[in-house]
Amino acid sequence: MIARLKDAGLAGLAAFGLSLPMLGLETIDAGNGKLGLATHFDRVAITVAMVFLGRLFLSRVRLPKLPAKFQVTRLPAVHIPWAPFFIVLALILPVLPFASRYVVDLATTVLIYVMLGSGLNVVVGLAGLLDLGYVAFYAVGAYSFALLAKYLHFTFWEALPLAGLFAGSFGLLLGFPVLRLRGDYLAIVTLGFGEIIRIILINLPPVTGGPNGIDVPRPSFFGLAMERSVPKGMTSFAHFFNIGFDPMQRVWFLYYIVLALLLAAILLIQRLRRLPVGRAWEALREDEIASRALGIDPTKTKLSAFAIGAMLAGFAGCFFATRQGFISPESFTFMESATILAIVVLGGMGSQLGVVLASLVLVGLPEVGRQFAEFRMILFGMAMIAIMVWRPKGLLSHRQPTIKLSTIKLPKPGAGV
Amino acid sequence: MSAAPLLEVQNLSMRFGGLVAIDDLSFTANRAEITSIIGPNGAGKTTLFNCLTGFYRPSSGRLILHDDAGSHDLERMRGYRIAREAGVARTFQNIRLFPGMTVLENLVVAQHARLMRASVWSIAGILGLASYRRAEDAAAELAGDWLRRIGLLDRADALAGSLPYGAQRRLEIARAMCTEPRLLCLDEPAAGLNPRESAELKEFIRAIRERHAIGILLVEHDMSVVMAISDRVVVLDYGAKIADGPPAAVRADPRVIRAYLGEE
Repeated sequence: MIARLKDAGLAGLAAFGLSLPMLGLETIDAGNGKLGLATHFDRVAITVAMVFLGRLFLSRVRLPKLPAKFQVTRLPAVHIPWAPFFIVLALILPVLPFASRYVVDLATTVLIYVMLGSGLNVVVGLAGLLDLGYVAFYAVGAYSFALLAKYLHFTFWEALPLAGLFAGSFGLLLGFPVLRLRGDYLAIVTLGFGEIIRIILINLPPVTGGPNGIDVPRPSFFGLAMERSVPKGMTSFAHFFNIGFDPMQRVWFLYYIVLALLLAAILLIQRLRRLPVGRAWEALREDEIASRALGIDPTKTKLSAFAIGAMLAGFAGCFFATRQGFISPESFTFMESATILAIVVLGGMGSQLGVVLASLVLVGLPEVGRQFAEFRMILFGMAMIAIMVWRPKGLLSHRQPTIKLSTIKLPKPGAGV
Repeated sequence: MSAAPLLEVQNLSMRFGGLVAIDDLSFTANRAEITSIIGPNGAGKTTLFNCLTGFYRPSSGRLILHDDAGSHDLERMRGYRIAREAGVARTFQNIRLFPGMTVLENLVVAQHARLMRASVWSIAGILGLASYRRAEDAAAELAGDWLRRIGLLDRADALAGSLPYGAQRRLEIARAMCTEPRLLCLDEPAAGLNPRESAELKEFIRAIRERHAIGILLVEHDMSVVMAISDRVVVLDYGAKIADGPPAAVRADPRVIRAYLGEE
C-alpha cells in the first residue's frame, strides 16, 4: 500500500509540475496593451487529484492482474513479413498491363527458382548441410517426368507426385552414406553426385536420349489439352470453353500451377520449421554435439532435411520440364547448383522471404540486364558483390523465432529457487 | 528408493592408442546424491563423461544405468539414445548452447523426444492437431518454469548467444534438465563464474537434487563447490581411482593430497 501511495504521489507531483505552468497560469490582456497573468489553481488541484487518484486506482487494478504464470504466444502458422503483398502481387501479375508473354514466362522461371531456393534453404539454411549438387535432384525430378511420360504415358499430374517421390528417395539414398561427413567434405561429395547424375544422363542415350534430350508433354487442365495440336481422344481447353486458342492460356496456366504449388511448399516448410523436426534441424546446424546430447538423432534429422529439400527440387524439375517442353542434361550443370546456392546465401540463410527476393534479383536481374548485352554478366557480378558488401549476412538475415513467451515483467526470483 | 545404485561403472578403461585415459575405473553413483569426480588436469574426468554419454566407446568395462524398469548398458548405446532412453543428460566444459536460437527455443529443443512423439512423424504437427498443440504448450510451460528458476524469464526471446557467461552456464543446466534426466552430468559448471555466481550455482545444483531426486555427477575444479555440495567424492589421477568417499574423508586422504600437491 505504501509503495502504491508513493507511486501515485510521484505521479501527482509530476502532474503538478506539468499542469502548473500549462493549466495554472494564463496570460491575459490586462488592458492598455499590457500583459497580465491570471492564475487558476483550482484547475491544477483538480488535475493533480485526478492523476493521483487515477494512478492509485489503476495500480490497484493492475496489481492482482500480475500473473504468476506466463503465457505462450502461439505464432501464426506462417509468419513471413510482407507475405500478403507478395502473394497478391503474384496472383494479379498476369493481368497487369505490362505482363506480356515474356514477363509471365520469366515470372514462372522466377517461381521455379523460388521453389528450388526454398528446398535448398531447408538443407543449407536450416539444417546447415552444404549441398553443392542440389541440381541432381532437380534433374531427377525433370527426368522422372520425362521418362514416365515417354515410356508409360503418364500425364503431368500423374507424374508430379512421383517426380517428388523419386527425387526425395534419391535424397535419402545419397544421404545415407554421405551425411556422416561434415562441412567441406559433404560439399565435395554432393558436388560429385550432381556431376554423376548429369553424366549418367548424357551417357545413357537408349533411355534418356543422351545429349539430344527428351521431349516432355504439356500439362492438361482437368483433362483438357492446352495445346494447338490436340492429342487424340482429348478435348482442347479452348474448344471446351468455346474461346479461341491462344498460346498465352498455357503460359498463364503454368504460371498459376507453379504458384499454387509453390505456396503449398512454402506453407509446408514454414510449418515444419516450427515443429520439433524443424527445431532439430536448426539445433544441428548450431551445434551437432549438443544436439546429440539432448537425444536428437542426427542421422534421421539430417536425412529428413535432405529428403524434403530433394523432394521440392523434384517438383521444381517437373515444372521446369513441362514449361520447356524439352529437357537435356545441358540444363543441369553445376552452374545451376551454384545459382540456387547463391539464392539461398544472398537471401539470408534460412529466410523464406530472402529466397523470394534473391530469386527476383538473381533470375530477374540478368534478364533486365539483357539490353547491356555483353556487359550483362559484369553487372550481375557487381550486383552480387554489392549485396555481399552491404549485407554480408544476406538480404534478410533476421531469424524469426519458432516459439515465443509473451514476456511479462516479473520480479526477478534470483538464480537459485 | 530401490537398493540398486543409479549408475554402476565397472572396470571401465579407455585407451587412445598407447595413452590410457581411464584405467580400470569402478565406482557407483546414487539417486538423489551429488557424486563429484575430481582430479588434476588430464586425470580422465571429461573422458569419463564422454564415455557415459556415448561420445566415446569405452575400450573395456561396463556402464550400467538402473531405472525402475530395468537397466541400460550405456557402453553399447549410441549417444542420442543414451539421452533419450537411459535419461542421461550433460553439460559441456566449454558451453555448447545453440547460440543462434532463442533462450526459450534452447529449452524446447531439449524436449525433442517428447514433442517428436506428440507430433507423430510431424503429421499431427503439420495439421496443427490439438494433441500436438497441448504438447507444445506443456513444453513451453516446462521451459518457462526453468527460465523462472534460473532468472531468465525476461530474456526468453533473446538469442542464447547474447546472454552473459554466467547466464549461459545456468541455461545449459536448465536445458539438460528439460530432457527430464535420471542422471545429470555437469562438466565444470563453475568454470569462469565469479564467487557470487558460483555460490548461486551451489544452491541451484542442491535445489535440483532436492526437488528432482536425480543423480548428479559433477566434474569440478572449484573445491569450494565440490566440498560444499557433494555427497560423495571420487578422486582420479592418471585415469585411476585413488580415493572414494565423503568429502571430509577424501580431503584428508594423503594420496589425494599427494596427487594435487605433488611429492618432493
